[in-house]
Amino acid sequence: MVYKKRLDGRAIDELRPMEAKAGVIPNAAGSAYFKIGKTMCYAAVYGPRELFPKFLQNPEKGLLRCHYSMMPFSGSGERIRPGNNRRAQEISMVMTSALEPVVDLTAFPNAVVDIFVDLPQTDAGTRCAAISAAAIALADAGIPMKDMISSVAVGQVDGLVVADLMYDEEAYEGIVSDIPVAVMHNTKEITLLQMDGEISKADLMKALELAAQVTEKVYEVQKKALKEKFTSD
Amino acid sequence: MSNIVIKERDIVIPGEVLAEGMDYLPGDNTYREQDKIYSKVVGLVSISGRVVKITPLSGPYVPKVGDKIIGKVIDITFSGWRVDTGTAYSAMLNVKEATTRFIKKEENLSEIIAIGEYVVAKIVNVTSQNLIDLTMREPGLYNIAGGRIIKINSQKVPRVIGKQGSMIQLIKENTGCEITVGQNGLVWLKGTPEGELLAEKAIHLIEEKAHTEGLTERMQKFLTEQKSKVNN
Amino acid sequence: MIVNRNTISELAKQHKRLDGRTLTEYRQPIAISTSISWTAEGSAKVQIGNTVVMAGVKMAIEKPYNDTSEEGGIMVNAELLPLSSAEYESGPPSKKAIELARVIDRGIREAKAINMKKLCIKPGEKAWFVTIDIITINDAGNLFDAAGLAALAALKSAKFPVVDPETWAIDYKAKTDVPLPLIKEPLPVTLYKINGALLVDPTAEEEQAFDARLTIASDEKGTVSALQKGGEEPLTLVEISQMIDIALEKAKFLRNELNKALR
Repeated sequence: MVYKKRLDGRAIDELRPMEAKAGVIPNAAGSAYFKIGKTMCYAAVYGPRELFPKFLQNPEKGLLRCHYSMMPFSGSGERIRPGNNRRAQEISMVMTSALEPVVDLTAFPNAVVDIFVDLPQTDAGTRCAAISAAAIALADAGIPMKDMISSVAVGQVDGLVVADLMYDEEAYEGIVSDIPVAVMHNTKEITLLQMDGEISKADLMKALELAAQVTEKVYEVQKKALKEKFTSD
Repeated sequence: MSNIVIKERDIVIPGEVLAEGMDYLPGDNTYREQDKIYSKVVGLVSISGRVVKITPLSGPYVPKVGDKIIGKVIDITFSGWRVDTGTAYSAMLNVKEATTRFIKKEENLSEIIAIGEYVVAKIVNVTSQNLIDLTMREPGLYNIAGGRIIKINSQKVPRVIGKQGSMIQLIKENTGCEITVGQNGLVWLKGTPEGELLAEKAIHLIEEKAHTEGLTERMQKFLTEQKSKVNN
Repeated sequence: MIVNRNTISELAKQHKRLDGRTLTEYRQPIAISTSISWTAEGSAKVQIGNTVVMAGVKMAIEKPYNDTSEEGGIMVNAELLPLSSAEYESGPPSKKAIELARVIDRGIREAKAINMKKLCIKPGEKAWFVTIDIITINDAGNLFDAAGLAALAALKSAKFPVVDPETWAIDYKAKTDVPLPLIKEPLPVTLYKINGALLVDPTAEEEQAFDARLTIASDEKGTVSALQKGGEEPLTLVEISQMIDIALEKAKFLRNELNKALR
C-alpha cells in the first residue's frame, strides 16, 4: 500500500489554501490571522514592555517570549482542558527559537516582547502556522527584523516526500515522518527543525530542499498580508 | 554594478532587498549584508542622495533627549514622581525639575502632581538602559486637566504634526481644540466634546492614511465635511 | 491604559459620551457569525465595535450526577486571553474571568434554556454534558454582552456529533443535524452607572470609570433569568427598575441582530 496520490488530491509540493491578514487585534502592538487548510490561528504582539520577574531582564537586549495555546474547542476530538499543557510549552519554546535569529531587540534592554498565538481550530501543521502568524505580527508591530520567517511541515508518508501534511496524512498507517521546518526567506537558513517518525537521510535531505522551496509560497502570503493594509485607499 | 531595486515611497517588509552594490549607504531601519541593503521594518522607502532609509509605518517609541512627551504619574517617591511613558521604560521627574519655583522639604508632593495625573514633560536624559529623566521647568510643560487623552502610534506623530505644525494647526482651527502631541504617541485634546471627538477622528484618520500622498487636502476635505454635518 | 476618568464622568452627567454615542446606543458594527470552528460542535464569533469574542460548544457523554440522574449538564468557562488585551496574563482564571463565566452560566442555567432531561441517554448511566468556552480575541469593553451573545449563537447553531450506538464512542468528525434542546434564548445586557447616568455597551475606558453595574439576563418573553451587580457604589430601587427596562429593550435589539445573522 504505497502512498501515491495524496488523500486530498494535492501535488507533493502543493500547500493547502492559505489566508492571512495583518492588524486584526486593535489592542495589540501588532497582530495577524493566518490560516492554512483547516488550521487557523491568531497572533498578537505586546511590547516591548516591562519584564517581570526582574531576574529575566537582560541589559544588552530585550527578551522574546512566545506563548502558544490551543482553544478548548480546537482539537479534533474531545475538549482540551485549559491549563498547563506540556506540548504547548514545548511549542512555545521552539517558536521562540525559530524567531529569535531574525529579531533585533538591542534597542530595548531589560524589556520583553510577548507573542501570543491562539488557535480556534486545528488540522495539523499547528506550530508552523503559529510561527508564520507570529512573524507577520512581529513585522506588523514594527519590531526590527532582518528577515521574515516562513514555516511549513514537510515529511514522508509511506515513501512519498510531501509538503504540508494534513492530519489524515500524519495519522496514515505505514511509515510516516512529520518534519516541521521554519526558514529565513533570504538565506534559506533553517530556524526550526523537528522530526517525528522514521526517515532515511536521503529522503530527509529531499524533504528539507522541498521545505526551502515551498516556504516561498508562505512568504508570498505573509508579504501580501503586511502590504495589503496600506494599499486600500 | 550598483543597483537600486525599489523606488521612493514603495512599501517594503523586513528582509526585502533595497539596493545592490556598494554605491548606496544603509540609512535608518536598514542594514547591509555583503553587497546588499535590506529593510528591517515594514515601512516607506525614502532615498536621499546615496542614503536609503525606511520610514517605519509602526513601531515602539524610542525615547530621545529633547522630546516632549505626555506621561501618567504612577508613583511618588521622596525624590519625585515616577511617570509611565507608555513604553517599557518609566521616567523620573525629580522634585527639583517639577516647577520653576522652589519646592520646600515639607510640601506634600501629591498636591503638586497627584498619582493618576497626566503631565506634559520634556526628556532631559536617557541612559544606556533607557532610564529616562524628565523636566517640567520650561514653558509649555504643565499638568493636564480636563479634555481627553488619546493614543496613536508614535511613528505617526510627525504626520499628525505636519510640516512646521501645519497639519495640527489645520485640526486646531477646524475643531476649536487645544492640542498637545507627545512624541511618545499620547495626544491631549481640549475643547467642546464634539470638537474633541472630531479632532480624535481626524487624528486617527491621519494615522490610518499616513503612508498616502495628498493627506493635507484629504484632511481639509474631511474636516469641512464633518463640520457641516454637525451644523445641519 | 489611558482612562479619561474625570472627563467620562463629567460628560456622563450631561448624558454624553467620549465617542459621541447616546447612553443607550451600542457600538457599530455588530457582527455575528457561526460555525467558525470546525472542531467545535457549535461555535460563534461576535463583534461589538472593536470587542471580539468567540464561543465554542463541546459535548461529551458522561455519567449523570447522583442527584440529577435523569439529566445531562452544562458548564461555562471563560478565558480572558492575554492576546486580547495588555491587561491579561497567562495563568489560572482571574476573578474577572470567573465572574464572566458564572454570569453567562447563570443566565443559561437559571433560564432553564436547555432541556436537561432531553440530554439524558440512559438514566443513571449516560447523559450529554455540554461545555461552552468563551474566548476573548480583542477586549474593548462590554465582554458580558458580547460573550452572552456568542454563547447563545454557539448553542443555537450546535449539532450533536455522531455516536456509535453500540460502543457509545463519539465520532467528533461527523455531525448529525440534530440541534441542542434549546427551549429558551437568554441574553445578558449590562447597564453601567457613571455619575448618575445609566448607559449600555461601555468601552474599556468607560468600564474603568464606572460607579456600579448591573448585568440582567432575560429571555425572549421578557422574563429575567439572572442578575449580577458589580462596582463599589450602591444602586437605588429606581435605578434598578430603569436598568431592567433598558436591558429588556436592548435584549430585544440584540436578539434581532442574532436572528438576522442566523438566517
